[in-house]
Amino acid sequence: MNSKKIFYSIVALCLILGTLMIVNRHTTDEVPFYPGETRQIWSVEAKVEFEASGEPVTISFAAPGSQAGFTLIEESTASLDYGLSYVENDHASRAIWTKRKAQGSQELYYKARFLVDPKADYSIIPKLPNTNFTSFPEPYNTAASQLVKQAHELSADAYSYTRELIKQLNSNDNAQNIGLLNSVKSKNQLIEALLKNAEVPARLVRGLYLEDGRRRQSTVDFVQVFKDENNWQLFNLEDGSQGKPENVLLWEYNGESMLDVDGAVNSRVTFAMILEEQSARAAIASKKSTQDLLNFSIDSLPLEEQALFKTILLIPIGVLIVVMLRVLVGLKTSGTFMPVLIAMAFVQTSLITGLIGFVLVVGVGLIIRSYLSHLNLLLVSRISAVIISVIAIITIFSVISFKIGLTEGLKITFFPMIILSWTIERMSVLWEEEGPKEVLQQGGGSLFVAVLAFAAMNNELVRHLTFNFIGLQLIVLAVILILGNYTGYRLLELRRFKPLASQED
Amino acid sequence: MFTSPTKLSRKGIMGMNQRNIGYISRYNPRRLFPLVDNKLKTKIIAQRDGVTIPSLIGVVRAQFDIKKAMPMLERQQGFVIKPAKGSGGKGILVITKQEGGRYYKPNGAEASVEDIQRHMSNILAGLFSLGGSADVAVIEALIKFDSCFEGFSFEGVPDVRVIVFQGYPVMAMMRLSTAASDGKANLHQGAVGVGIDIGTGKALHAVQFDMPIQKHPDTDRDLQELVVPHWQRLMELASSCFEMSGLGYLGTDMVLDRDEGPMLLELNARPGLAIQIANGDGILPRLRLIEQMVKDGVQMTPLERVEFCKKEFGRIETNN
Repeated sequence: MNSKKIFYSIVALCLILGTLMIVNRHTTDEVPFYPGETRQIWSVEAKVEFEASGEPVTISFAAPGSQAGFTLIEESTASLDYGLSYVENDHASRAIWTKRKAQGSQELYYKARFLVDPKADYSIIPKLPNTNFTSFPEPYNTAASQLVKQAHELSADAYSYTRELIKQLNSNDNAQNIGLLNSVKSKNQLIEALLKNAEVPARLVRGLYLEDGRRRQSTVDFVQVFKDENNWQLFNLEDGSQGKPENVLLWEYNGESMLDVDGAVNSRVTFAMILEEQSARAAIASKKSTQDLLNFSIDSLPLEEQALFKTILLIPIGVLIVVMLRVLVGLKTSGTFMPVLIAMAFVQTSLITGLIGFVLVVGVGLIIRSYLSHLNLLLVSRISAVIISVIAIITIFSVISFKIGLTEGLKITFFPMIILSWTIERMSVLWEEEGPKEVLQQGGGSLFVAVLAFAAMNNELVRHLTFNFIGLQLIVLAVILILGNYTGYRLLELRRFKPLASQED
Repeated sequence: MFTSPTKLSRKGIMGMNQRNIGYISRYNPRRLFPLVDNKLKTKIIAQRDGVTIPSLIGVVRAQFDIKKAMPMLERQQGFVIKPAKGSGGKGILVITKQEGGRYYKPNGAEASVEDIQRHMSNILAGLFSLGGSADVAVIEALIKFDSCFEGFSFEGVPDVRVIVFQGYPVMAMMRLSTAASDGKANLHQGAVGVGIDIGTGKALHAVQFDMPIQKHPDTDRDLQELVVPHWQRLMELASSCFEMSGLGYLGTDMVLDRDEGPMLLELNARPGLAIQIANGDGILPRLRLIEQMVKDGVQMTPLERVEFCKKEFGRIETNN
């Protein structure tokens, strides 16, 4: 009884651990349960243009980082013959291009890819901007005071004050005052200055409206208003609306310049952007690779090994199918797990090609084997001879199918030769001893199980789940352990013993 | 097409999974399997315990022994070549007649010397053994067919399978070869299975391909007339195999020799379930009864066990 308890504890442990691993992978790593899910990636390219006049050139360009809603997964530059360095200070990252001597019109490219990511992990703690007072000489001071007075009366705190101020500056009622003020400061700078004069920490940040396929775009200013370092809001400078629109990527948000050019003139920046749909897995993989975490998932392996694991992790599913068909249904197969190996070959060859190839090779192999059985050979030599015959058959089929233009036929080489040879040997012995009926039964049973296992292993969802959720393996293990304890009838036994059950007592 | 599991379990019919988990793995220690899986070892323990078995003509252990064995075979009227580790009746070559170096199989077909040599070579290479491991060929004396089964079997020698659980012979059947089974006593190949009454040795019920039949399909003999002679002796022989092998759930295959009476042919540590169909009855109630008795500490000699089973599991009333 005690050993039963331990057994069920192990099964329960497997189930719980497996479920936890799956849930964890789903929630923290955001791996979706369905393979079709895609993630959006914005590819944004900034083009910096300027006229150089043969002097040393230094271009310093603001580079964005991960932020609320977006995770930076890749950045790159294209700049012919320019020295490049990334400089980072106080979270503000900048790309700096330098060249000793440049002449004529120049173009530099900076490209960044952002994953649309509601759970983006970023560590920007914005520095609180100063509130230096800007004094306006008369008559500007009076005009400014009028604007401020109205906004002040209609507001309660920094945010509502900002909103009212933007409203004032955009309303037609104050057109005269604004016109006057605009002659010393642009509207956006005016708002910043007026906020600072009211002791509200604020600064202008530059954002980019993301729209698929747009070119030659430029940034739009927003005003960032702080209550304190962690409590701030963005305001649209046109209508005073509060908050960052979802499709806005902040490009420069440290109160610095967008572009500093030294040694050249007529500089400007334009942006082009496209939206890419990428499979969630690939997107997360690139996100993972940018995170310096201890990563024990398969993602941390090189791509080639990952591909290998993709197949290896499918085997338990095939094995589970075999266990179910044998324990619950009672199907006979030739060789317990041979169907799984055949199914794995089918995965490589595709089903129809695999089936035809398998039947052809085994069929021809059986004919050759029946001749070999007359030669009175030792078993090992005979099997070896069968292996060589199988290789010959596969070679001939490949060449013939290639010659007549059926490249599908080449896939036959994916079948493991040893498996094929043993299948032929077993079938042949079975034929001699039990007759062709049994060969058809067992061979058919094996192929049937193999096709079922193939269907499971080739299923997009199953492939996705087994590869991404290692916890599933534990659950499969638990199910197999439970099935190993099943003492009930098999489905085929219900038919076999039917005459017994229908007898009168 | 299918019956319901509750119906089957009400009749006490044992399924394959239950046999494997509840009986074979529980009562048959793995280390004892070689004793029954290797017919040579079975012979050795049978001889030790004085259990009647077909006499051993010789053992071919290596390839170079094959040619040397041939003169020995020429002196025999008939013989049987078996792989020591064969399973399910695989690789058994029966030679019923030998005349001047010409060998004949039960169906009258001739087997050439090369055929026999190749067969032995195949056995040695492990073609018929579990897992393909190297094997030895065992040559036994041919069993002399007891004429009491005349007309009940086609070509092959009929054998009696008794399931012995903890030393108690709980269920028995006779396997009769047919044309469909190619002279083999394998039920799934078409041999007739006849349930035998434990109390009397008389036929209870017969099936072929799992369906009830009344007459032997080839000889048309009424299978209800079948009576196994020397039944008491046969039951004792089966029962004693428990002490001999140590296996709790055992299939004993016995044959009746014209001169020597019941003989143990081989033991099986994984006896099949078809015996229930042949008996038209489930085996579980009998197994459970014995399990309960053993649990209660009842101990009996082989003879007492046979008497107990004859009384408990006999279905046909005896007149005396």
